[in-house]
Amino acid sequence: MLSDKEREEIEAEMARYPHKRAMVPEALRIVQTHRGWISDESVRDVAELMGMSAEEIDTIASSYNMIFRRPVGRHVILFCDNVSCWIMRSDAVRDHLVKRLAAGPGETTKDGRYTVLPSACLGDCHHAPVMMVDDEMHGNLTPEKIDRILERYT
Amino acid sequence: METPLTGNIRPDREPPSLKEYEKSGGYRALARVVSGLAPAEVTAIVKDSTLMGRGGAGFPTGLKWSFVPMGVDAPPGPRYLVANADEMEPGTFKDRVLMEGDPHQLVEGMIISAYAIQATTAFIFLRADYDLAEKRLKRAVAEAYEAGYLGKNIMRSAYSLEMYVHVSAGRYICGEETALLNSLEGKRAIPRARPPFPQVSGLFGKPTVVDNVETLCNVPHILANGAEWYKSLSLTAIGGTKMYGVSGRVNRPGWWELPMGTTVREIVEVHAGGMRPGYALRGLLPGGASTDFLVEQHLDTPMDFTSIPKVGSRMGTGTMIILDGKTCPVAFVLNLLKFFAHESCGWCTPCREGLPWVARIVKAIEEGQGEARDLSVLEEHCVALAPGRTFCALAPGAVEPLQSALKYFREDFERHIKERGCPWRAA
Repeated sequence: MLSDKEREEIEAEMARYPHKRAMVPEALRIVQTHRGWISDESVRDVAELMGMSAEEIDTIASSYNMIFRRPVGRHVILFCDNVSCWIMRSDAVRDHLVKRLAAGPGETTKDGRYTVLPSACLGDCHHAPVMMVDDEMHGNLTPEKIDRILERYT
Repeated sequence: METPLTGNIRPDREPPSLKEYEKSGGYRALARVVSGLAPAEVTAIVKDSTLMGRGGAGFPTGLKWSFVPMGVDAPPGPRYLVANADEMEPGTFKDRVLMEGDPHQLVEGMIISAYAIQATTAFIFLRADYDLAEKRLKRAVAEAYEAGYLGKNIMRSAYSLEMYVHVSAGRYICGEETALLNSLEGKRAIPRARPPFPQVSGLFGKPTVVDNVETLCNVPHILANGAEWYKSLSLTAIGGTKMYGVSGRVNRPGWWELPMGTTVREIVEVHAGGMRPGYALRGLLPGGASTDFLVEQHLDTPMDFTSIPKVGSRMGTGTMIILDGKTCPVAFVLNLLKFFAHESCGWCTPCREGLPWVARIVKAIEEGQGEARDLSVLEEHCVALAPGRTFCALAPGAVEPLQSALKYFREDFERHIKERGCPWRAA
């Protein structure tokens, strides 16, 4: 069931749009902010609020990269694997990250701290290779720098 | 040299507050517009300025606005302006710089543009991962409301406008303007058929203009200083400055606001400081991943919307990606194709089926499993996925680097096939 806070936040945003349905991605984002991911139950809850079927909600949810339909760790690492980072040998940095966390792309660490997701170009190509941890950018990555960054999140 | 777009930008520091933006001349163009210019006059000035869309297509902005039905032709009800801030083209980082560095400039540009088409509501469709830009834009929009630049009766005029920052749920295809509109309506992001064009029937079926962030940031300066001044900024027939960028093995990767028409060579050799010691330039994509390769012989070409097509590519976003001599061109193209195959929205068959097919063939070549006939299969796909064969520009853009790589780096493809592996990996 959606919390009062989630419901309130979703309803507050609705005024922007002439149709309730336009709120679906935004509603999913709000629920995800509170819960970390979108479970089947959350899909049904959003469907009920929007007056749509769960299938309709899921077809939207599953088409966006940043709506997570599986649980993620406490922190999400978006690792850029696009061309500008790849030229700067992001592969080697990614291999170090994966080894260090023992979690590959799409996987979560055993302690639930990190989920590693490959990402499209993060738009910071002059600092390649780059990654984001939650809402923070980290650029000019090296294996040593990765080690230091990973210490900072609990 | 004048740098109107980036004059206020202080990298690694907070952007100008509303007060600071006003002090630098901000919102004076808006005051002039709402107090004394008719919407059609604003559009006429922008038309005269030769401003062309900076998202990559280079369509004349004033002309685009003029397609919105006005006056007696106008349908009743709301109309929309949307800033396409879904920057996600690989190798492109210019709109981020503008939004993080001077958010009020975009807000002012949007209000003036919205006035020109008499929009009632404006959306900034922002990429999901641009958290810092989100924070700064939301603050700027709130400040603009507070100061009376947004909301009812802007600067005591008869014009009213609401503006919202809409954060995307993330998908490359959202950058395509009609997919963006579907996404903003809460649907899956798939492109729409045209006609009708968005200017006539766009967001929620109402007249809508979608413009790129950099395009909109030019608008206040054009209205403040005039079309002639704007044209004088450029070295070529198309007016203005341009946000250029370079990534890859150069000495100083980065971005620069330079006169439109600055040559590729000057951008790479002077501003980016040339190639790093030990790395030679083999080629470059002039404006993001969806543009054809240029090579050494093209370096003296001006970077603008008309000169780059003459040498077989497009200026695109104006942010270059450099292919150096120590990087395998086949693997470079494979990286791009894997991205495009993954981001195909699946709506039309040639793109959904064709791009993974092409990516698989290039992967096989890169891994030493290629066959001689693969190159002609790839060439066939470059035609089968050309403009007009697919629903939108994603697949045609995806095969641009491939078709030009087959032309300029053919021997590298052939070597992979003949030697049954990647010479760069063996080395």
